[in-house]
Order: sequence, then structure tokens, then C-alpha cells
Amino acid sequence: MGVEGIGASVARKEDKRFLTGKGRYTDDMSVPGMKYAFFVRSPHAHARIKSIDLSAASDMPGVIGILEGKQLQADAIGNIICGWMIHSKDGSPMKMGAWRPLAHETVRYVGDAVAIVVADSLGEARDAAEAVVVDYEVLPAVTEALQALEAGQPQLHPEAPNNLIFDWQIGDGAATDKAIGEAAHVTEITLRNNRLAPNPMEPRATLGIYDSAEDHYTCYTTSQNPHVARLVMSAFYNVAPENKLRVIAPDVGGGFGSKIYIYPEEIVCLWASKKTGVPVKWTCDRTEAFLTDAHGRDHVSTVKMAFDRDHRIIGLKVDTIANLGAYMSLFSSAVPTYLYATLLSGQYAIPAIHANVRTVYTNTVPVDAYRGAGRPEATYLLERTMETAARELGVSPAELRRKNFVRTFPYQTPVIMNYDAGDYEASLEAAMASADWNGFAARKAEAAGRGMKRGIGMSCYIEACGIAPSAAVGSLGAGVGLWESAEVRVNAVGTIEVMTGSHSHGQGHETTFAQLIADRFGIPIDNVNIVHGDTDKVQMGMGTYGSRSGAVGMSAVVKALDKVEAKAKKIAAHLMEADESDIVIENGELKVAGTDKTLPWFQVALAAYTAHNLPPGMEPGLKEGAFYDPSNFTFPAGCYICEVEVDPETGKTEIVQFVAADDFGNIINPMIVEGQVHGGIAQGVGQALLENVHYDPQNGQLITASYMDYAMPRADDLPSFKLSHQNTPCPSNPLGIKGCGEAGAIGSPPALMNAITDAIGNNDLTMPATPQKVWSALNAAN
Amino acid sequence: MYETNYHRASSVEDAVRLKSSAEEGKYLAGGMTLIATMKQRLAAPGDLVDIRHIAGLKFISVTGRSVRIGAATTHYDVASSPELKAICPAICDLAHHIGDPHVRHMGTIGGSVANNDPAADYPAALLALDAVIVTNQREIGAADFFTGLFETALEEGEMIVAIAFEAPERAAYAKFRNPASRYAMTGVFVARRDSGDVRVAVTGAGADGVFRHAGMEAALAQNWSPDALSGATTDPADLLSDLHASSEYRAQLVKVMAKRAVAAA
Ligand SMILES: Cc1cc2nc3c(=O)[nH]c(=O)nc-3n(C[C@H](O)[C@H](O)[C@H](O)COP(=O)(O)OP(=O)(O)OC[C@H]3O[C@@H](n4cnc5c(N)ncnc54)[C@H](O)[C@@H]3O)c2cc1C
Repeated sequence: MGVEGIGASVARKEDKRFLTGKGRYTDDMSVPGMKYAFFVRSPHAHARIKSIDLSAASDMPGVIGILEGKQLQADAIGNIICGWMIHSKDGSPMKMGAWRPLAHETVRYVGDAVAIVVADSLGEARDAAEAVVVDYEVLPAVTEALQALEAGQPQLHPEAPNNLIFDWQIGDGAATDKAIGEAAHVTEITLRNNRLAPNPMEPRATLGIYDSAEDHYTCYTTSQNPHVARLVMSAFYNVAPENKLRVIAPDVGGGFGSKIYIYPEEIVCLWASKKTGVPVKWTCDRTEAFLTDAHGRDHVSTVKMAFDRDHRIIGLKVDTIANLGAYMSLFSSAVPTYLYATLLSGQYAIPAIHANVRTVYTNTVPVDAYRGAGRPEATYLLERTMETAARELGVSPAELRRKNFVRTFPYQTPVIMNYDAGDYEASLEAAMASADWNGFAARKAEAAGRGMKRGIGMSCYIEACGIAPSAAVGSLGAGVGLWESAEVRVNAVGTIEVMTGSHSHGQGHETTFAQLIADRFGIPIDNVNIVHGDTDKVQMGMGTYGSRSGAVGMSAVVKALDKVEAKAKKIAAHLMEADESDIVIENGELKVAGTDKTLPWFQVALAAYTAHNLPPGMEPGLKEGAFYDPSNFTFPAGCYICEVEVDPETGKTEIVQFVAADDFGNIINPMIVEGQVHGGIAQGVGQALLENVHYDPQNGQLITASYMDYAMPRADDLPSFKLSHQNTPCPSNPLGIKGCGEAGAIGSPPALMNAITDAIGNNDLTMPATPQKVWSALNAAN
Repeated sequence: MYETNYHRASSVEDAVRLKSSAEEGKYLAGGMTLIATMKQRLAAPGDLVDIRHIAGLKFISVTGRSVRIGAATTHYDVASSPELKAICPAICDLAHHIGDPHVRHMGTIGGSVANNDPAADYPAALLALDAVIVTNQREIGAADFFTGLFETALEEGEMIVAIAFEAPERAAYAKFRNPASRYAMTGVFVARRDSGDVRVAVTGAGADGVFRHAGMEAALAQNWSPDALSGATTDPADLLSDLHASSEYRAQLVKVMAKRAVAAA
């Protein structure tokens, strides 16, 4: 592997600039004549706009322009769309209501944008925004999905009667019902997957620049997928044709999914730049982020899991209601369907599965993919159900899982997915050994002596990453293909630039992608630059989400490297008068195997560009591109064990041990993978213990709109994690990678909840398990 | 933030003069509360009179058991004062658990007391320690000073210059932090003097802000031990109820925190 090759824990190249404050984020971008935007937003969860009066605001100091939705519509800027078509079980297409970038008829959540003010300074823009007079007719609001489906509730969109977006199903309902009817035992449970605000460290921002001389737009934005942003803004929002629109996502400080989507602000700032004649920058503040970043999760599900006499699962029936908020965000429809229900087999061989999913409009900010996207919801549902079943059946949770594991691969589940490789037992064994599972009873007794209630819980997760085979997702309704691209450009002196369609917003691609090159050609990673995030520099690519950059993005790099290597070898063979098949690359040199003939890497590169002595007919240069379309999803899996102590007097939970045993396939940089798992677990612990978006059900105001009320996990909420890997290489991609970006957030919430409910002896507990809730559940149990 | 004029006062007199000549002026100490409120545009003082650089407001003096702390003394300085730790470690411990290191290095005791946030820590200490709030005009006993949620006895333009108290023989503070803000969801400060005087002050829980718990004081005066509080009750009707904690749960926390404070004192 070499010190910088595949498998080496190379320190992150990009950290120097991040740690010394030299990162270049969208808000750091500044261009001559640039002005500042502030959005006028709805203070109401649901209201009809009777009139908008800009006159007083327009006269305020520093104001350059104030624009509203009518003008946007007059300029034919399109509505925001959802890019994944889902059909209800009756065959009808999903009911997509209009999401106007600037509302001028109806506002549907607190924070819905109504107008943009552009002024010399941010303060002046904000002052003028306060002087914009919007006359609202306030309408009743509904924030809970279950309630929104009931008769007589406020209706959000005329297209969607009863606020129902679609009523979709997957699997075999009849077979599942039959299994439940014949079961020796059925475990039933209702579970709520709490709503989360994504909270990347860098809030969203955008800088729209219109160049009237070229009739060309540049958009700096906090995006995880700048090419998709350009495509969507060109093809659907009519901002500008692709060749007239450059999208740049420079350093981006975290996304967790929330920066996949194209929001109103990017579109409006570009358009406003043309209208006002000045570059327009907008940076969101933290409360604005709580109000307008797409939230995650928000499911309510009822589950029936059927067992035969031998405790084998014979059927699983799930009914889920998913809150999608006020409008359908870009991938919102895919999250509670194909990213969720297709994982409901978990690590288990379940012959019959049926899931029904209803998605619902409410007067809340749109909900879309958030770290894990559907897979945490599936895992939480299955793993709490498994733990509940084990308790009901009086068997050890490990035994119940073991008995039902999928053990032969490939394994076709009843819900589309075809698992290609895995060893679930290995992770279970490793986690139990690491957690000293067998010593738990003694630790529990010791804790009881101190008046503490100790509990242990596990979760065996599987997820689908490497998103995704294009034809497959196309057949399921995706509006795009989910391949990835790469171009490897060897410079004349042998240094290398890699253009990747993946986008790094914290993952460390500048290091890990460079490690591939170091591994292949034996050159230092310092001689390699990873270029991403700019549609002018990089060929079309699909961006980063769904743990796809390793499995899909790196595979594209590998394909391009294969081509570069083949050409380099041809040149070397020609120069050293050897047979091409005898050329090997070692330590930055091309050698003729079995001889002492060598050529340094840089000389081969130079030869390619001087072109003085190339094989006959060969084109000069050393630069190759590739597109990689995966043939299957990848299936990371693992076992997490959490041990807690609950203080019965206060209900406060302390995590005393957390073990993660993961199968990520082959690993490029173990240190970075470890960091991904740490961050993922922190987010999962956040969901299970601390985080919750709360809207006032009466008026739709967001109560948790700042860190005073929205509890983020902090370092002292977490123990030191014990990590291990039981890797089975992924057979479907050249590097054998499965992906690791989301596992921690997927596997940890059920492990933690299973531990707490074990400790308190009451399974009736929802996330987040706040001290008050745990205390109440404990009292209810006694 | 709306536009504002910044003044740096050189002395208490200078500060009082600057503020009285401003139309809508405000004293600025650590700014940990005030600046954040201004950034949210919930406060819009036309003039800010910064008192954090007045040398005479930053001190901790201990004479025997008499303590005097200057209003502009930071939480960090209180937390780390060896003189204070020697006679009243409870207040050092309390200051050490306010916010995070940034907040403790900027926020001041005077600012916290003047603000009287119902979830702030210092008000519990001052009430239990029977402290005196010294202003540029007068001395106000803690019992008279904290008058309600974010309300104090300070008059317009009146400025806190110091906090004074006699260190009790035993004292401790037990805080149950709000999981989000980490302010006190319930905090109880207990103090016992050799004279037999016992005080129990509760913050973070009272519907009207910080309060003394008469029932607990009586029980502890009889028997200074955690067990003495087993029968103590707090009427939930007098307590706050919010997203994070119902009044019933807070009533439980009052008891548990009081017991823990007594055990630690
Ligand atoms: C992230 C964070 C966490 C926090 N956590 C806690 C916590 O756990 N517990 C807790 O108790 N507090 C907490 N605080 C509040 C903190 O203690 C503040 O420092 C304090 O409430 C205000 O003090 P200040 O010096 O910053 O005052 P400022 O913000 O400058 O002023 C606050 C108010 O007091 C007035 N004022 C200031 N000094 C005087 C004076 N000498 N005389 C008269 N009026 C004056 C000002 O005019 C203003 O109205 C936290 C704050 C933050 C930002």
C-alpha cells in the first residue's frame, strides 16, 4: 500500500487550510460591486397574501432593489420541483403542489420566502426588509402528518386532497398477511422517527453574479452537487442555459444531505443579480437555517413482525406516514420509498414483506434526505422491533438475530435489494466481544449498588450505498442517472490533476482520492490535486451523498487511471524498447520486469507531451476520462452495541460504552473512515437523546429555532467509541468499497434506545429520550 | 443588529454620566446576553456604555469571611479565585458551570445579576448567600433585588458595582442543565451558617424566577441531611413548564438537586 497508498491513514491534506482559517467558503467570496440580500419571509405557517407594499422599504437608505414573486413569474422563472416520480398504488402520479421560489399567493410554512431586498449592506437590506409590508390573511395550519390526513384539516395544495401526496406500496401484501395469520407470535409496535434539523457548521449561502456583457451567470453556492444544481436551474427553473451558467461550490462546511437540493435563494439571487445589475450575496443566519434548511426523518410507523415456532421471521408488515413538509423538495419522494422500504429486510431472511407509505403535506419546512436518508428510519424500525420481539419471546436479542441472519450471498430480498456480500455474524461476534456482553450482568449489579439503572442494547444495521445503478433508479422514477465521472490529467512534468464529479464537504476527498493515484503510480500525494466543485473546470458529475463518493466516484477515477496507466505503459515500452506487457509501475518508476531498465514517471509524462518519440499513431498527451455507472448498490452492514446508565432520580442517560463493528468493504484511509463513524454516531446519539424539531401544533411556529432549544450533541455527551471492522470486499466495484459516511447515524439510534428501554424496563419511549421522558417512562413502569 | 453608538467608560461616574446623556442607552458588560439579543434585533439600544474596562469594577476581595466581588468580574475569575475557593467553593463551582469557556471569559457577575434570567445560576447563589447588591446609589438585599422574570429592583440608570456577602460555613450548588442551552433547568443553592440559619434558593424552575424554598429550609434547619428532604414537596403550580421540562418534572428536580447540594455541602 505504501505510506500514502490505499489503506494508509494519511493525514488530511485539506486540514491545513481548514484549521488555519484559510478555507474559502461561499461567504468568503467577494467580487467588485457586490451587494447583499436579505429575504422577507413569512412569519405565518399558512396564510394568503393579500398584498405586498414595497413603497416604504424602497425608499430606505442603501436599497438597490426589492423584488417579489410576481416579477419572478413574469420572467418565467420556474417553480421548484421534486426530481423523483413516485406513483401511488392506484397508478396515479404523486401530487406535486407548486413551490414558488418567491411566494406571491400563499405562504405555507414559517420562513417561506416572499421577497428579496438587495442593498449596499446587509444591515440596510435587513432594515428595508422590515419595512416591507405584507398583508396576510392568516389561515389555519397543521404540522403533524397524522393529523393532516384527517378530515376537516387545513388543505395545503389544491392538487393534493387531504394533503396526501402519494399512497405507495412495496412487497407482497397477501403473502405477508398470510404469514401474520399463521404466525406463532406477532410483535406489534408503533414507532416515531423524530424530525431533525441538519445543522451543518457552515450555513447555506449563495453569490449570484450576472455578467451583462456575456449574458452569463455565475453562482457560488453551498452545494453538495454543483452540476446537478446547474442542470436543474437550467432545465427546470429557466434561470439560464447550461453554457451560460457556471456553478461553483467552493469549500463547503458540511451538508448531511441538506445541501443537495436547490433552494429558492440560489435561483432568486441569480435572477436578482440580472434585475438589479449587481452581484448579490446571501448568507443565512442560524435561525434562518433552522427555518429553511430541509429537515430530516419525521415518520410514524406501525409494524407487525411475525415469527414461527422456531423464532424465524416469516413476515413483516409496515405502515408508514411520512411528513414531507409544505412542498416537495428535490429527492423528498425517494427518501421514504426507495431509500427506506427497500431496506426493510435488514440483515434478515424474511420471506414476505409489505410496506405501505403515505406522504403528507404539512405547514412545516420541506423534509428531504438527511444523513442516511430512509435507511436510519428502516433500521430504527427493524431493530427496535427485533429487540422488542426478543423480550416478548424471552430469548437473547443476539440469538434472535443470529437465527434470522442472511448467510448466503447473493441474497434477493422481497423488496428489490440484492445483497451481494456480507458477514453479519462476524460483526455481531466482534461487537459482543468488544463490549464484553457476557460481563453485563455483573456491571448491571454493580451499577444497581450505586442506585443506577444500567442497560444494554444492540442494533444490526444494513444500508444501501454506492447510489446508484442509473437504469435501475431510472426505472424506479429517478429523474437523473447516478453514475459518476472522473478525468485524470497528467501534466508534462508528471504531477496530476484529477477532476471528479464528486464533491467534498468535509469527507476528505482531496486526500483519499489522491491516495488512489499515489497507490497506482507511486508518486507523492503532494503531487496530486483533486479538483471538484466547479462546473467550468470539471466535466458533468453527480455529486456527493448516499456514501457514493468512494464506491462510485473513486471507481470512475480507477477507470480513468486504467486508461492512463495503459497509455503510459505503451509509451514506456516504446521508449525502453520492451514489450508493453513487461512494463510494471513501482515507486514512481516504469520498469521492464526482470531487467534494470527503468524510466521515472515524470519522463514518461514528458515524453507524452513533447511527442518527439511516441509509438506510431499515438496521440500526444496523457489525459483520460471515464464515467462509471455502478452495477448494484453496495451494502455496508454492522453491529452496534450501546450500554447506558440511567439516573432514576432525574431520568438522565449516560452512555458508558459504545461499540461499533462495521463492514465497509475495502478501506482507503482508516483514519478518515474512523472519523466518519465517530461523526455518524454523534449524529445518531443526537437523534436518540437530544435533537428534536418542534413546531407549535396550534400555529405552526418553529419553537426549536435556535440552540437555546434545539439540543445538539456535544463532546461530553459522548463516550470514547470502540471501533472495529470485519470487512468483506464489495464484489461490484473495482476497489471493493462499500461506503462509510452514513453508517454511524444509521446504526446508533436503535442501539441506544434498546439500551435505555432495557435499563428502565419500559419499551414505551420515543426519541429523543430526554431526561424528562425517561423519568416519566421509568415512573410509568414502576 | 441595528446601528448603535459605542462608548467605553473609564470610571463608574463616567459610565453613569454617559448613560444618562444617551437617549436609549444600555450598560454593556460581557455582552454575552446583550449582544446576542441585539443581533436578533430584539434589543436596539441607541448607545452602549461599555463598563467592562473600568478597573475598579474587576476585583475579588476576601477579608475574613466577608466577600466583595466587582460587577465586571468574569465568571472565569470567580471560578478560579483561590481566595474564594478557600472560604466559599460553592460559588466558584457555580461559576465554573456557567456556559462554556468563551462565555466564562466574557460574561460578568454584574451582567448576570442585572439580567436576572430565570434560568441563570448566580441569582440562586445570591439569594441563598443573603448577598447585597451594591449599586452606584445604594445597597439592595438579594431578597428585594430579584423581582420577577428578567426583572430587578434596579432603577433606570442605576448600575451594579459590586456583590457582597458573608461566606457561610457550608454551601453547595447542584445544577441540572437544560440539554440544549445548558442553563439551569433547575439549580439549587443551599447554604448553612453556624448560627443555624439555612437557606435554599431555587433557580431555573420558578414561574416567577428565583425563589427560596421555605419547606426545605425548615426541614434542613431541623436536620441538615439529604434525607431530611425526602418528604419535601414543591407545588408544580408555582413552577415553569416548557418544551424541555414540565412543572411536575421540575418539582422532582428541585428535590433531587436540593438533596445533592446538601450532600455536597
Ligand atoms: C452560550 C451561552 C451560555 C450561557 N450559559 C449560562 C449558564 O449556564 N448560566 C448562566 O447563569 N448564564 C449563562 N449565560 C449567560 C451569561 O452568564 C451572561 O454572561 C450573563 O447573563 C450576562 O452577563 P454579561 O456580562 O455578558 O452582560 P451583558 O450581556 O453585557 O448585559 C446583560 C444585561 O445586564 C445589564 N448590565 C450589565 N452589567 C450591568 C451592571 N453592572 N449594572 C447594571 N446593569 C448591567 C446590561 O445593560 C444588559 O441589560 C450564557 C450565555 C451564553 C451566550
